[in-house]
Amino acid sequence: MDAILLQVLNGLDKGGAYALIALGLTLAFGTLGIVNFAHGALFMLGAFTAVSFNKLLTLQKVVLDTAHKTPWGDPVEIRTPYVEAMFGDFGKFMVDWSVPLSILVAIPVMLLIGVIMERGLIRHFYRRPHADQILVTFGLAIVLQEIVKHFFGANPIPQPAPHIFAGSADVGAWLGLAKGTIVYPWWRLIYFAFSAVVIAAVFAFLQLTTFGMVVRAGMRDRETVGLLGINIQRRFTIVFGLAAVVAGLAGVMYTPILPPNYHIGMEFLVLSFVVVVVGGMGSLGGAVAAGFLLGILQSFASMNEIKSLAPGIDQIIIYLVAVIILLVRPRGLMGRKGVMED
Amino acid sequence: MFAKTARGDWLLFAIFTAVVLAAPILFAPIGAGYPDLLQKFAIYGLFAIGFNILFGLTGYLSFGHAAFLGVGSYATVWMFKLLSMNVLPAVVVSVVLAGLFALLIGYVSLRRSGIYFSILTLAFAEMSYKLAYSVLTPITNGETGLQVRNLAKAGVVNFQHGDLRILDRAFGVVEHGVPMSNLFGIKMSGWPGFYFCAAALIIGFFIAMRISRSSFGMMLRAIKSNQNRLNYTGVNTRPYLLAAFVISGMYAGMAGALLAVTDPLAGAERMQWTASGEVVLMTIMGGAGTLLGPVLGASVIKYFENIFSAINENVLHQVFSWLPQGVQDVVVSILSLFVGEGWHLTLGLLFMLIVIFLPGGLMEGLGRIVSLFKRGKAASDAAQNGQEA
Repeated sequence: MDAILLQVLNGLDKGGAYALIALGLTLAFGTLGIVNFAHGALFMLGAFTAVSFNKLLTLQKVVLDTAHKTPWGDPVEIRTPYVEAMFGDFGKFMVDWSVPLSILVAIPVMLLIGVIMERGLIRHFYRRPHADQILVTFGLAIVLQEIVKHFFGANPIPQPAPHIFAGSADVGAWLGLAKGTIVYPWWRLIYFAFSAVVIAAVFAFLQLTTFGMVVRAGMRDRETVGLLGINIQRRFTIVFGLAAVVAGLAGVMYTPILPPNYHIGMEFLVLSFVVVVVGGMGSLGGAVAAGFLLGILQSFASMNEIKSLAPGIDQIIIYLVAVIILLVRPRGLMGRKGVMED
Repeated sequence: MFAKTARGDWLLFAIFTAVVLAAPILFAPIGAGYPDLLQKFAIYGLFAIGFNILFGLTGYLSFGHAAFLGVGSYATVWMFKLLSMNVLPAVVVSVVLAGLFALLIGYVSLRRSGIYFSILTLAFAEMSYKLAYSVLTPITNGETGLQVRNLAKAGVVNFQHGDLRILDRAFGVVEHGVPMSNLFGIKMSGWPGFYFCAAALIIGFFIAMRISRSSFGMMLRAIKSNQNRLNYTGVNTRPYLLAAFVISGMYAGMAGALLAVTDPLAGAERMQWTASGEVVLMTIMGGAGTLLGPVLGASVIKYFENIFSAINENVLHQVFSWLPQGVQDVVVSILSLFVGEGWHLTLGLLFMLIVIFLPGGLMEGLGRIVSLFKRGKAASDAAQNGQEA
């Protein structure tokens, strides 16, 4: 029982990341009809926004302390981050909480990147075949990746979670089980909660606001909405920016779980595409559900009991499920009729 | 088959053959006249020709062709280990195995089309890659990669102390040092290695040309232009697609085998989806759907990869030493983004530019230049006529 619960928990944080990326992919696809292979790169850019914000905060002032000497006879260097020197305790707090705080930076940055990407490149590809869209965004992903690699190097850069989330939570005790049976890192729980909040926010935005209503109408029948005198194109551009923000935030918050390197996005992209297809092209609910489902399935498959039954299953389970679903239910779990039927 | 080949095609084929065979001399002035690089041109050219039979003719974009390349490489190295260092059995077995593998994957993937097909092939290729890295380690040797080892002592029947090479042992071949692949005693390194790949490329090109001109090729083009209409007229397109998929898988297997022939080593990273992306890139770069395009694209990419990766900042400083110091530093720091380690950035940019401005690839670009030239000539002719009159 607790082993199963633990695997569900394990799946939730990874599933959260898949769901967030897949949500963004589906938004871009449902509104603009664009198959965006650069979406993983947006996830990666989000992660590196957190990295650069942390670097910025931890820029250090070096003071030579001539009173003390190192064993080598040089004066001792006292390094303090500038923010600490300027703001004192608040500065310390900012350095400690750099990852959550970079959300505030990432939102405008990713929105800007998303809008520029849409206006500058993707706009010209609406009427081109899907193969061209895949290829040009694939090229863009390579370019973004290489630029990041040039500035940040090829090695993963670990990011610390805030100090108070460093340990693990005793989830078992909350659920009335014996203490210490299910222990789970705090930050992963936070990530799951965060992804749930972001997903809820996106859905609320689309379901409860007038803007969202127009966008949903546009996804159904773009031409009619246009004929009603609504500038649907501008709204779709904003939605693309929103999709970029969602991917970026997923990346920001994932940095303490997996140190980002320049190709972290590509690894997530392939999986997220599979998630979108399993959920059903163009179905937002399907993308989220499939994201969590596949995350949990993957963590179940990596249990030792199952691995001993079918060795290697943990590596391929997601692809296997995708192949089966595509063959049995070609439209995906919640795909709508008439959307990308071929 | 031969009789129906049109005269223009024979000419094209003859020119192609001549260029490939004379490549060591022709490419020497641009610094590419050595076997290691020319070999790569030929191998990746073959890979791209095969990919083009699927993508260029039918429009089905596969993102998993590297899996067949990997299968070809693994099969070849295994044949080296089991049978003989002679390349013929290895190549034949690799092509057949890759074909069977393609049949399996194609049968499933081709039930869907469009982007679903791309994602299915991508999923299968990633699956193969992950398996090669993890569970299949006894066959693929995991991260280390599969290698050829020295011959085991006579009478030994397991792989603990070396390779078996049943045929070689039966014929009493004596090995000195590291085992080299050979074609009946001709070592497959240096120029002989290149000419073996070149022969494969020429044969591959000829087959692709015949396919492209045949009624089968016409059917594939019809699928690309309007599959619905074909279905409505009562044509079952799937067997044609599957045949094209298997043929292109066999080309990929052949390319993988040649990679292993010229360097008896096979690793899982050959199957990664970025490798599949690379062949897509080569085909698009040259011009999808054209005969020469894929070879051209593969050669251009491999050539510039070779050149650009070799340049570093010191070289750039030397080149721009005539500029004032400050300007020189700026220019060098900008350009160094694109060379050496940054070659992939150049590749990505180039790729984007091609897709955006020249969807037909380099072949289209050449065509445009030629037509521009012709139009210019026609105009000047007209002007001359006007003067005379």
